[in-house]
Amino acid sequence: MGMNMSEKILAKHAGLESVEPGQLITCKLDMVLANDVTAPPSIKEFEKIGKPVFDREKIALIPDHFQPAKDIKSADLAKSVRDFSRKHNLVNYFEAGRVGIEHVILPEMGIVGPGMLTIGADSHTCTYGAVNGFSTGVGTTDLAVAMATGEAWFKVPEAINVHLVGRKPKNINGKDVILTLIGKIGVDGALYKSLEFTGPGVAELSMTDRLTISNMAIEAGGKAGIFPFDEVTKAYVEGRVKKPYEPVAADEDAKYCQTVEIDLGKLKSVVAFPHLPGNTKAVEDIGEAIQIDQVVIGSCTNGRLEDMEIAAEILRNRKVHEKVRCIVIPGSQWVYKEAMKRGYLEIFIDAGCVVSTPTCGPCLGGYMGILSAGEKCVSTTNRNFRGRMGHVDSEVYLAGPHVAAASAILGRIAAPEEVE
Amino acid sequence: MKVEGKVWRYGDNIDTDVIIPARYLNSFDPKELASHCMEDIDETFAKNVKAGDIMVGGRNFGCGSSREHAPVSIKAAGVPVIIAASFARIFYRNGINIGLPLMEIGDDVEKIKADDKLRVDTSTGTIENLTTGDVFHAHPLPGFVQEIADAGGLINYIKNK
Ligand code: SF4
Repeated sequence: MGMNMSEKILAKHAGLESVEPGQLITCKLDMVLANDVTAPPSIKEFEKIGKPVFDREKIALIPDHFQPAKDIKSADLAKSVRDFSRKHNLVNYFEAGRVGIEHVILPEMGIVGPGMLTIGADSHTCTYGAVNGFSTGVGTTDLAVAMATGEAWFKVPEAINVHLVGRKPKNINGKDVILTLIGKIGVDGALYKSLEFTGPGVAELSMTDRLTISNMAIEAGGKAGIFPFDEVTKAYVEGRVKKPYEPVAADEDAKYCQTVEIDLGKLKSVVAFPHLPGNTKAVEDIGEAIQIDQVVIGSCTNGRLEDMEIAAEILRNRKVHEKVRCIVIPGSQWVYKEAMKRGYLEIFIDAGCVVSTPTCGPCLGGYMGILSAGEKCVSTTNRNFRGRMGHVDSEVYLAGPHVAAASAILGRIAAPEEVE
Repeated sequence: MKVEGKVWRYGDNIDTDVIIPARYLNSFDPKELASHCMEDIDETFAKNVKAGDIMVGGRNFGCGSSREHAPVSIKAAGVPVIIAASFARIFYRNGINIGLPLMEIGDDVEKIKADDKLRVDTSTGTIENLTTGDVFHAHPLPGFVQEIADAGGLINYIKNK
């Protein structure tokens, strides 16, 4: 019987010929990740085990959530991560100023790649499915054990085949694809399952689109969101991923528990209304204008160079609406510098945006753009749960960078075509 | 483990941001986390919860972030078991790993209301609603996951191995 991509990666790392859904297995890990919020409690649990780290090259600790430290407690968290990283001589610890958001920098620096198995104490670890890896989020205890043993237990998930067809129209990007999918299957539509993207539409998607899509697999409850290895993947990982890697492809007769088809050609710009990523609506169907107070462009979902480019092209020679604060946060130092070289940062500043150093910041209601009671924000982030970005009575509308930039200009939720 | 307690009833898609908002994640002290548990949707919970009380939710309980702070805050508030129609995957793992039993009972959860009194046997998966007389059975834990739960969590399980 054929295997899908998830099964192939899991089987290989469990040292098995084949696996099937429901099977419980223990796997060897290629990379183990945590951030400044999840690493400190992991370190405490790790110390109870009383073993050294399993491999100093396979642990990435990324201070991105509340860093550069927003307050004394956050500084204490960062310090414990820093001390631990120095003590164990970890290769993949990066100090503020040389870092960015974990899920932006791990693919960008080639720390994760095709066929690799990664767990991270952060739910958006599923992002690396974009580069044909199996990666998934876990909690701090799983992470502590993984840092000591290099292993984790898994239940082999069933897989949903997301079959992509059609040509991607102008002004549509990965965010519209994934929000449309979540709107279709629901926020628990892929619970305990992996999403595997197939079909001719895959070739239409840039690596940035794919990273955005895989990133939000968890918003449908998914364990992973995996893309096949193709020319786009090859062009992206070549020269970045230094370790040897083995791409995986689904067998012709691979099993899927469900198939969902998405015609890229029919996609519209969409927004997810408060307070669930599955509350999607096409911008053109909104009806009454929704006035906004803030726009955030950034995060591990849409903080990459292509996202900056999309936003800059729309904001060029325009001004952010007088009633709106627009906060732009490049996802990594590389994105930041490249956006500067290409003149995007100047466009943002001239338009009246706040431009920040890479950080998660407002995405999780940390700092750098917290909402007050009743305020509304259009954000390129991935969650719009109640209170996610500040006060419990504030509202977050999720969208891609086109919609976010257009909304910043018009002061209400708007489609990119409205400012062309 | 056998427990008896009053029900705190919540709905579908209870996410980790409402269980413990990110603004408190600059600490991982269980007591401090417990004092803010659920506060954005239920200010009375942290103030009035008694040791032994049972939390009951709908579908996809614990969706959202991987923060183990969420199950830790519920456990530290004195809740010995959570019952739901279904749990989000990472939350489910985290519960097992920290030794907080989670019981999935599907649509039967509709028959449990706020303030009902439950008697729960986490080793057999039996749930008795003492208020209504209903009896439910939770899906058993598969394979070595039960051993992790029996060891009181993943750290103990690994240490004993
Ligand atoms: S940008 Fe937001 S979703 Fe991404 S890792 Fe940071 S806090 Fe999490």
